Amino acid sequence: MPAETLLELVDVGREFDVSRPWLNRVLEGEPRRSLQAVDGVSFSIRRGETLALVGESGCGKSTVARLIVGLYTLSRGRILFDGADLADPGSAPLRRRMQMIFQDPYASLNPRWRVRDIVAEPIVAHGLAPDAKALAARVAELLTQVGLAPEDGERFPHEFSGGQRQRVSIARALSSNPEFLVCDEPTSALDVSVQAQILNLMKDLQQRLGLTYLFISHNLAVVAHVATRVGVMYLGRLVEVADAKTLFERPRHPYTRMLIDAIPDLEMSGKSRTPVAGEVPSPLTPPPGCAFNPRCPHANERCRTERPVPLELPGGRIAACHAVQEGRIGDL
Amino acid sequence: MSAAAGRLRRAWDHDLAWSFRRSPVVIVAALLTLVCVCGAVFAPWLAPHNPFDSGTVNLTDGFTPPAWSQGGKSRFLLGTDDQGRDLLSTIMYGSRISLAVGVASVLFSMVLGVTLGLISGYVGGKVDAFIMRVADIQLSFPPILIALLIDGVARIVLPREAHDQIAIYVLILAIGVSSWVQYARTVRGSTLVERNKEYVQAARVIGRSQASIMLSHVLPNVMGPVLVIATIHIATAIITEATLSFLGVGVPATQPSLGTLIRVGNDFLLSGEWWITVFPGAALIVLVLSVNLLGDWLRDALNPKLR
Repeated sequence: MPAETLLELVDVGREFDVSRPWLNRVLEGEPRRSLQAVDGVSFSIRRGETLALVGESGCGKSTVARLIVGLYTLSRGRILFDGADLADPGSAPLRRRMQMIFQDPYASLNPRWRVRDIVAEPIVAHGLAPDAKALAARVAELLTQVGLAPEDGERFPHEFSGGQRQRVSIARALSSNPEFLVCDEPTSALDVSVQAQILNLMKDLQQRLGLTYLFISHNLAVVAHVATRVGVMYLGRLVEVADAKTLFERPRHPYTRMLIDAIPDLEMSGKSRTPVAGEVPSPLTPPPGCAFNPRCPHANERCRTERPVPLELPGGRIAACHAVQEGRIGDL
Repeated sequence: MSAAAGRLRRAWDHDLAWSFRRSPVVIVAALLTLVCVCGAVFAPWLAPHNPFDSGTVNLTDGFTPPAWSQGGKSRFLLGTDDQGRDLLSTIMYGSRISLAVGVASVLFSMVLGVTLGLISGYVGGKVDAFIMRVADIQLSFPPILIALLIDGVARIVLPREAHDQIAIYVLILAIGVSSWVQYARTVRGSTLVERNKEYVQAARVIGRSQASIMLSHVLPNVMGPVLVIATIHIATAIITEATLSFLGVGVPATQPSLGTLIRVGNDFLLSGEWWITVFPGAALIVLVLSVNLLGDWLRDALNPKLR
């Protein structure tokens, strides 16, 4: 079956103005400052797959999620959904076809709304139910689908546990019949035992409803469980994209290798492990050349001056690294 | 039946009800407020006389002292004023106007302040800066001065008869406009917090309009502190109204409020007829104090940090 592209990001960038207030700038003669949260990210997601974006805190992965669903506007670049540019004025109906699941199940549900109203909100907003009876039936169906009881609709969010709230969140996201879900760290606020339940629910729903996921996470174990492909972000840039299996078994980019080396595993227990070296540089003053060069063991003069572009390597993977592209570091 | 009983049971067990039962001061304040409000609202049925029915008012009854003192008449429990009107009845009718002006002006400033604060906090940017600078400028004047200003302008602009007719509405407007800032600031602060919560972002992703997110998501979550301020403000508004009426720029003498009664009685205080000003004054103190105590209690009871 030919994999059809559902979502495509083309050279997407987002700057945030982090200047001090106007008066301070005038009095202290400071220039405007901006933070490049996302800097030229391009990737595409095929229908039915789960693309995971991973990276350390502050690497811009959540910003990418928010750019896609329209919570932030683009500074540059384009986002295409099913072939249509989301910045076009006529693209509003496309928004119904994508929804988002948020990180914090305690903040993402309005504490004063009953669960049935929360789940019904997208249906009502898009006028998808002909009457109140159909609406109630649809809400009950959605609640059942995510493993809750239809009677739970009468309750308020604070009567539920974190995992149950996340189920409500998923029910709400599904209620407008979307094809594409952006999941911004949906399990990172949950207990480990509950995480697995939610992840399995999401996998199950993906198979039953043919959903496509963009899955944002910093937890590589979670990513290994759900992702079909993985993108690694560093300081607002995408450094490597590959199939999940390939990426975990044979990472190419030095940063990806460092991340994967840091995963605890049983065979390594008791032995000393290579710690992740160095700190992420401030995104306000990114290093010239490759953003990873201050921490990279393979960095040379070219890495410190010239920014690497993402190039496709054999096997359908993409890496942005001079050392990999020049063959200085080989395959594992 | 059992559902209603259960609801009653839950209300009785609620945190608010619990802290209410625990504090005798609050119970007394609530009872006094209830008495004042009932006395004012049902004045036409409860008051022994109708002080505004010129047929029943007799000038020869003027300056009758309270019933228990020498020369008092049992018909006039708290005595009469200079025109022979029964003081108890005038106070009841007067607190009607005081309460009406207090509540209406608080509602007006609440609607104004909450709307501006919500827009300011949610929209942000230049709109926010503009509204908040206006609020800052207004805060640098005492509220009574602003109320005086609005009242004074209305007096100049409107012809005298027209002004007397709508004096109460002008007063409500003046007091309301003079105190919207506190609501706006409180709501703006809470809105800034709520706006960045994920449930608001979720509503944006769903595709709801800014106005409907503000009304259905943000507003219910920022109203808690507003209700507390409003309760306390009712007392302040009643005082402001009384002050303006005392100064002679409030309600006209034909519809005397508590403030007007105090001002009228003030003229006779030094000539020995103390009751004409003392009883309306005492009524004002009791009303304001008990509303204030209720407001304070509500503020503490709803503050999770003080529980």
